[in-house]
Amino acid sequence: MATITTHANTPVRSEKRSTSPRSLDRINPLVYIVLLLIGVASLIPFLWMLTTSVKEYGDVVSLKLWPWPPFGNSTPRFDNFPEAIRLIGVDRDTGLPMFFRHVLNTLLVTGIVIFSSVTTSVLAAYAFAQLNFPGKNLLFILVLATFMIPEELVLVPRAVMMNKNYLNWYNTIPAMVAPFLANAFGIFLIRQFFLQIPRELYDAARIDGAGHLRYLTTVMIPLARPAILTLALLEFIWTWNEFRWIQLVTASSNMRTVSVGLVGFLQTDGGAQTHLAMAVAVMVVLPVVVLYFFTQRYFTEGITTTGLKG
Amino acid sequence: MAIASTPLKRRPNWVRLREQVLGYVLLGPALLLFIAFTVFPVGFGFYISLHNWRLGPREFLGLGNYVRALTFGSEFWPSLGATLTYSLLAVPIQITLALTLAYLLFQKVRGKALFRVVMFLPWVTSTVATAAVWARLYSPDIGIINGLLRMLGFQPLRWLLEDKGVFTLIATSLGIALPDWLRGPSLAMVAVVIYTTWVFVGYNMTLFLAGLGNIPSEMYEAAKIDGANGWQLFRHITWPLLSPTTFFVVLITVIGTLKAFNHIWVMTQGDNGTQTASILIYRQFYEFQRAGYASALAFLLSAVILLVTIVQNRVASERVHY
Repeated sequence: MATITTHANTPVRSEKRSTSPRSLDRINPLVYIVLLLIGVASLIPFLWMLTTSVKEYGDVVSLKLWPWPPFGNSTPRFDNFPEAIRLIGVDRDTGLPMFFRHVLNTLLVTGIVIFSSVTTSVLAAYAFAQLNFPGKNLLFILVLATFMIPEELVLVPRAVMMNKNYLNWYNTIPAMVAPFLANAFGIFLIRQFFLQIPRELYDAARIDGAGHLRYLTTVMIPLARPAILTLALLEFIWTWNEFRWIQLVTASSNMRTVSVGLVGFLQTDGGAQTHLAMAVAVMVVLPVVVLYFFTQRYFTEGITTTGLKG
Repeated sequence: MAIASTPLKRRPNWVRLREQVLGYVLLGPALLLFIAFTVFPVGFGFYISLHNWRLGPREFLGLGNYVRALTFGSEFWPSLGATLTYSLLAVPIQITLALTLAYLLFQKVRGKALFRVVMFLPWVTSTVATAAVWARLYSPDIGIINGLLRMLGFQPLRWLLEDKGVFTLIATSLGIALPDWLRGPSLAMVAVVIYTTWVFVGYNMTLFLAGLGNIPSEMYEAAKIDGANGWQLFRHITWPLLSPTTFFVVLITVIGTLKAFNHIWVMTQGDNGTQTASILIYRQFYEFQRAGYASALAFLLSAVILLVTIVQNRVASERVHY
């Protein structure tokens, strides 16, 4: 615990501000070659996924990396996407393709988790950063302690709590979101940001007659917007990608999210066809990748200021 | 103090009381959620672990589930072995590669931002999806990895389907018979480790880059004036001053590998020597509904994680500079 607090209390600067140890020397061209090779190698799985999602089955089996002109005579097969969606099935409640139901579930679950975790984190972070009350330090340690508890330890009891003898939430949205509604990481991240805001601002706001809540909503939250956005984005990708918990507390396909639905599809005859499996994988990955490209700065800042959650 | 509640003093007291109440009110939602879904489940999990539990408690077993897990010949010991093997393979590879890349990138390299975005991408994308992609890259028949091996004139391998140890495989190809205890981690395990490296190298590299940025550049300049070469700069400035970051990255990587689940589940379901403790816990609960036994296993795994963390902290307090 101590380590993490110390690490996070050290202000981590962007590496741009200090000059590099060897900036004056000429850079060895070998460095560029190594970095280029590694960068390209790292992209290969994505490129393979993307190209395979529009291949014909025959081209996948015969290991053609690029079966289209100028290297081959096939045409890109975009029909893989509707075909995969058709094979995932139809949702009986709504008459929509099941895949769309999965997307709707994912958006709903993600929306609830982001809203709840951001709200609870901002409120708790304000209390920890700005207010004085008995037991504050003890409660902060409790919050950090929940962060240290491995998910494995609480997985089974949480799932048992959802069954019909207890909360009876099994196979419902509340069960899918319950463990993610508050997040110690979020409290920690926002608190770090709030602590950097000078106390004089509060004194000034007091003189203007603002109470704590007005100060929080009109001064602190706008100033902490980058941290809040970082938290919201991280919660988005964690929830979008969540698999184990949702698999554990849902029974019917119409309650699943895209990530869980993908694993289900892989086990069917449709998913055994690699090009169709990759078409679904692309649809699961693409929204996250697009969002990441537009907001990547917040991700790197978020993990370097707190360094948490591997 | 209480006697001195003159009209003048009363107001600040009232303000302070209001601040205290507000503090509890603002903390309330988060605390209630933590208590309900994290703190309570720890206790409840222990209670479950003392029972034969299917949907509800069937019979009280005391420490029976723990005894069963710790008895020689149970699935727990091999799963702990697989977990530690995974950790011992994945951590050094990941850390070395991440640190090397961060160090290379820390020079004024062109296209640095782009490289970082690319390397970070696997961490952002759904583990389930990328593990499914890699499982197909590893496919013995239609996988491009075996395609490459064939092109280069090597024997294709069975990757995720191979439960033979890597040392056995190497020795067999050289025509040597190896004793069983020297078999090494299964090829399936090594394949999983390669995937893990791909996912986390960019993440760890980003942490190292931030750490490198915190080292004052004056130190390098001073050492250069004294005629230090590249290796000496690294050995005597970068490495010691980076040690808090290194320790931190190692710590979270070790904990992460001890808990690894999603990608292993998608790639092998725990077959071929990859049944780590997390996979065993999940299987016992999800496939066999043995909530009590699974809970006991979870407590044992958490104890191991705690122990490893304490040991690492001990080592760090001796080795980490400043």
